[in-house]
Amino acid sequence: MALSGLDIYKLLPKTNCKQCGFATCLAFAMQLAKKTLTIEKCPFVSPEAKNTLEEQSLPAIKLITLGANQSKFEVGNETVLFRHEEKFRNPAGLGFIIDDSLADIQIKKRIEKIKQFSFERVGQLLEVNLIAVKQNSNTKRFLEASELVLNNTTLPIMLISDDPAALRQAAAVTAARRPLLYCATKDNLNQIAPIAKEFQLPVVVASQDINELAHLTKELSSLGIKDIILDTGVKDIGDKIWDLTQLRRQALKKSNRALGYPSLVIVDKTNPYDEAVEAAACIAKYAGIVLIKGIESWAVLSILTLRQNIYTDPQKPLQIEPKLYPIGKATKESPVLITTNFSLSYYTVLGEVEASKIPSYILSVDTEGMSVLTAWAAEKFNAESITKSLDRCGIKDIVDHKNLIIPGYVAILSGDLEEQSGFKVIVGPKEAAGIPAFLKNLN
Amino acid sequence: METQLVLEKWAGVISTLTIGADAKEGGTRANTVKIGGQKSLPLLFKEGDIPNPTAIAFEIWDVSPLDWPEELVAAYGKALDNPFDWADKCINEFKAKLLCVRMQGAHPDFGNKGPKEAAEFISILLSRVKVPLIIIGCGDDAKDNQILPACSESARNERCLIGCAVQENYKTLVASIMADGHNIIAESPIDINIAKQLNILISDMGLNLERIAINPTIGALGYGLEYAYSIMERARLAGLSGDKTLASPFICFAGQESWRAKEARISPEQGIIWEIITATSLMQAGADLLILRHPEAAKKVSEHIDILFKNKS
Repeated sequence: MALSGLDIYKLLPKTNCKQCGFATCLAFAMQLAKKTLTIEKCPFVSPEAKNTLEEQSLPAIKLITLGANQSKFEVGNETVLFRHEEKFRNPAGLGFIIDDSLADIQIKKRIEKIKQFSFERVGQLLEVNLIAVKQNSNTKRFLEASELVLNNTTLPIMLISDDPAALRQAAAVTAARRPLLYCATKDNLNQIAPIAKEFQLPVVVASQDINELAHLTKELSSLGIKDIILDTGVKDIGDKIWDLTQLRRQALKKSNRALGYPSLVIVDKTNPYDEAVEAAACIAKYAGIVLIKGIESWAVLSILTLRQNIYTDPQKPLQIEPKLYPIGKATKESPVLITTNFSLSYYTVLGEVEASKIPSYILSVDTEGMSVLTAWAAEKFNAESITKSLDRCGIKDIVDHKNLIIPGYVAILSGDLEEQSGFKVIVGPKEAAGIPAFLKNLN
Repeated sequence: METQLVLEKWAGVISTLTIGADAKEGGTRANTVKIGGQKSLPLLFKEGDIPNPTAIAFEIWDVSPLDWPEELVAAYGKALDNPFDWADKCINEFKAKLLCVRMQGAHPDFGNKGPKEAAEFISILLSRVKVPLIIIGCGDDAKDNQILPACSESARNERCLIGCAVQENYKTLVASIMADGHNIIAESPIDINIAKQLNILISDMGLNLERIAINPTIGALGYGLEYAYSIMERARLAGLSGDKTLASPFICFAGQESWRAKEARISPEQGIIWEIITATSLMQAGADLLILRHPEAAKKVSEHIDILFKNKS
């Protein structure tokens, strides 16, 4: 819970010394509450008050950066339980576990496949985030496998081992890339913590029990380790959803600092369908990092698409560049369909036009990302804006005909649009699903 | 200090809707399916009672579908040529406990069948299969106002779930459903205010709120799924907080939407996983009844539901 100006005032010296630049301590407290400046400006504040104030200015869920180079990613800093309350901020990292018992050639093949997982959807690039090397053999093999991953990908790395000595050696080899250590438990915390400390690495702390998890993070924190990720272990998906929800609530509703860290889930399913279903469920319900083993492209695409959906800002619809898009081998005779630059409108129309197999042009009008009816109501999708877009894209030199197809819901625009654009308006179907049948019957 | 769990207490409860009536209740169904009734946010079993698992209905049509992707057609094969064989296959081979029949043949572009034919079709279907039925119109308001009352009458006392009523066209359907003892699907275009308004309009006509399922009009994975997802979360929060006009179970046409996606045509696995993830993700937002198309998707979603609900009797 954020402190109010008055709460902060109670922590200040109340001497009105003006050294902070404000006339009174109360005025200074009000500025602190707005977070326009920091407590450093007060030379007389007590260390306890300073601690309290610094702590309350921290995010409820710590922002953790994983990896070190250009492919690093951030998780945490989430502020809501439901995306409609504001938005989910840092998309869950999707990682892949590679077992060190695989042969070199197999490891390399897997890495190559993982590196190719990059999909463009609705104008955004969807990418995977992490490779985890898991020890299953001796220390020598674990180190070899870690080096293979290190040398064959720039993706952030995670090291999974039950043996602290092996983990330390692998951490030393990969330290420059800031690998994520897995994991500290109540039994080995005293051995894992020094590794995280020595190499300044983020560490996963694991326990089946949330209460114990909180104790462990406090212990790590007191040892100076701040980059912590939480794991409640392998459980049924129902229990997992409960744990993830509870962790998010602890951080946001109770300001429980000991659990104010991102969470990690290792999906323990061998069937790729089951694995994708559980990964998607954990992404929808607050996981910061999700690890899978499968490398089926179709499964990865579905998980990444779900992540994109869940992490889309509900206040800012995805937009595409407003312009003329030729679809298929469009010619001077091809029909011209008009829609908005709201990504979902455009891509829905696109899908149907492609399904019709009739080469066409789609003109995406700049409606500031509003959908057809919303933009029409807001006067962003009218005869003027459509005519302007037609002129700008030079449609007159691109097609030989004088016909435009507009969405059925805005049939009312026909008269004005014909007058202003000089084109003949054909009213298309109300729903994009009707486009293939409509285009087939056009002539 | 021990960590105290954060538990939410809800004043409201989602209404329980039963589909199908057995002999004791004046119908002829062998089984019935209950949805809704929960006192908790979706899938948080430790917080409040979730008495009924998410239900799955197989979608069938009264005519052969013309535009279904190859993979989907392959899953049913020849059975698609005859709706009754299709229904049998769903039940016998794929263990469907609930069927959702779309009266597509009534659409002016799909055969333009009349109310008499529609009523006859439903009557034969009811004698051929013993599972409860969901009956969906063809999407043409004028035609649906003719055929759905005929279907409703033909299935009198079988307690079907029939739809979809929309804000501009609900009166005819509500009247039939009241007369014949069915439940209704109230469809709103990804809009929580219209969903609420329509529920009020329908209950004002005398149909109990407990006989309404909301169709929030979902988008598939990658095609606007997140809009319905958040509308459903908001409606569910309102329902649990005590707003009875939003405390209806959700019906989601996950099969229909996901097989329209471009991805459904990339590979069989891509299409199937698209339908699965669309369905299971909407369960996180409160889906109570999923209308699915591909048998493999239905199987996987069903397994997921079993794991989630295994500790429930």
